[in-house]
Amino acid sequence: MQLKGRHLISPNDLTLDEIDAILRLAHDMRQNRRAYADSCRGSILGTLFYEPSTRTKLSFESAMLRLGGQVLGFADANTSAVAKGESIADTIRVLDGYADVVVMRHPKEGAPKLAARYARVPVINGGDGGHQHPTQTLTDLLTIDTYKGRLHGLRVAFCGDLKFGRTVHSLIETLARYPESKFFLVSPEELVLPERLKQHLGRSFSCEMIECRRLEEALPYVDVLYMTRIQRERFFNEADYQRLKNSYILDAGKMREAQSDMIVMHPLPRVNEIAYEVDKDDRAVYFPQAELGVYVRMSLILHLLGVN
Amino acid sequence: MEVTAIKAGIVIDHIAAGKGLLIFNKLNLAALGYPVVLLMNVSSQRMGKKDIIKIENFTAVDTAMLGLIDPNLTVNVIENCGVARKVCVTTPAIVKGLFACKNPRCVANADPDVSPTFHLHDEKTRSYVCEYCEELTRVN
Repeated sequence: MQLKGRHLISPNDLTLDEIDAILRLAHDMRQNRRAYADSCRGSILGTLFYEPSTRTKLSFESAMLRLGGQVLGFADANTSAVAKGESIADTIRVLDGYADVVVMRHPKEGAPKLAARYARVPVINGGDGGHQHPTQTLTDLLTIDTYKGRLHGLRVAFCGDLKFGRTVHSLIETLARYPESKFFLVSPEELVLPERLKQHLGRSFSCEMIECRRLEEALPYVDVLYMTRIQRERFFNEADYQRLKNSYILDAGKMREAQSDMIVMHPLPRVNEIAYEVDKDDRAVYFPQAELGVYVRMSLILHLLGVN
Repeated sequence: MEVTAIKAGIVIDHIAAGKGLLIFNKLNLAALGYPVVLLMNVSSQRMGKKDIIKIENFTAVDTAMLGLIDPNLTVNVIENCGVARKVCVTTPAIVKGLFACKNPRCVANADPDVSPTFHLHDEKTRSYVCEYCEELTRVN
């Protein structure tokens, strides 16, 4: 297994053994953070964020700073040469001379893959439109592993925007690679999982998929509930967003229907799909999940830079 | 109606009726500078009706494009007034730059450096998956 110098564009770029290695190191980093404080001294992480981000950008920055490295980049394409019409290829060919590893978020789907073609340093996809978000998947896997102690044989409900939800696409495609996965796909008709992904899951894996329109149909049967936000920025039509935005709201009443050891995850930010009263429930793990994102990104950076 | 045989060039035969004009336009045959004949709705025992294209003194047609539009057509290369060889046309495994991704959020529709590239997903449904955004596009 050699991750040094590789790109991470989709979770499929990693074998299950490689994912396992990243998670194992992340677990250790969580226990012994100080031991890694100088691991990346002298290295620079470039952050190319063409789209707003709080958690992904800050957790990458936190990860690199906790490893003793440094960070440069932009958080708004309007303040960079991109605003002058620079292509992705040109931007990455310049930036890869300034940084040792680059994370890119872009509203256009496939943009990090394009960047990786031209880059001389590892490119990490920090989320591309409604397509993929592999480091959120690693975060989610670390969270599930931490709270459930396994990644196989899980019954997982994905609820909300399954059409444009890149975190869902990346996670479901990865969990499907583990044995005996069962998925409940809870969404409005207009936001169902993309056809290609459904076909791919059905043809390539033995996982079971059940589509539901009501959250209550899935809630009593799952080990993990993965809530997502209906994303205003993915709609071309505001009327459609207004009609669908309140499709699912998880509250204390619905939580009573769930198993006592179920966990509730969310990639955040939430709007109103999880009522604040749920935060007090021990099964709500979305804030620890956000923290775990730092350790998994620390581990990923170390692997891609080939630091022992 | 009679059209004389060509001495050398190419005959694209058994084109599904109605697709001849599409091929003519997609291959930009009007701009070739060689004599070109497009026959439409020709009687065919096998197909009922078919289209035929004959191009004189030119053989370098884009077979990927032909396979994409109609994988059942036949391409005959003509030399010395006879069929010298038949070129096999199939649904191409990879298609580059021939059509745009239907996903408005795809980088292939936004970046000047990108040539839209597709991989055959399912030959039966003639669907292609975009190399960048992985969205499915069906070619009819």
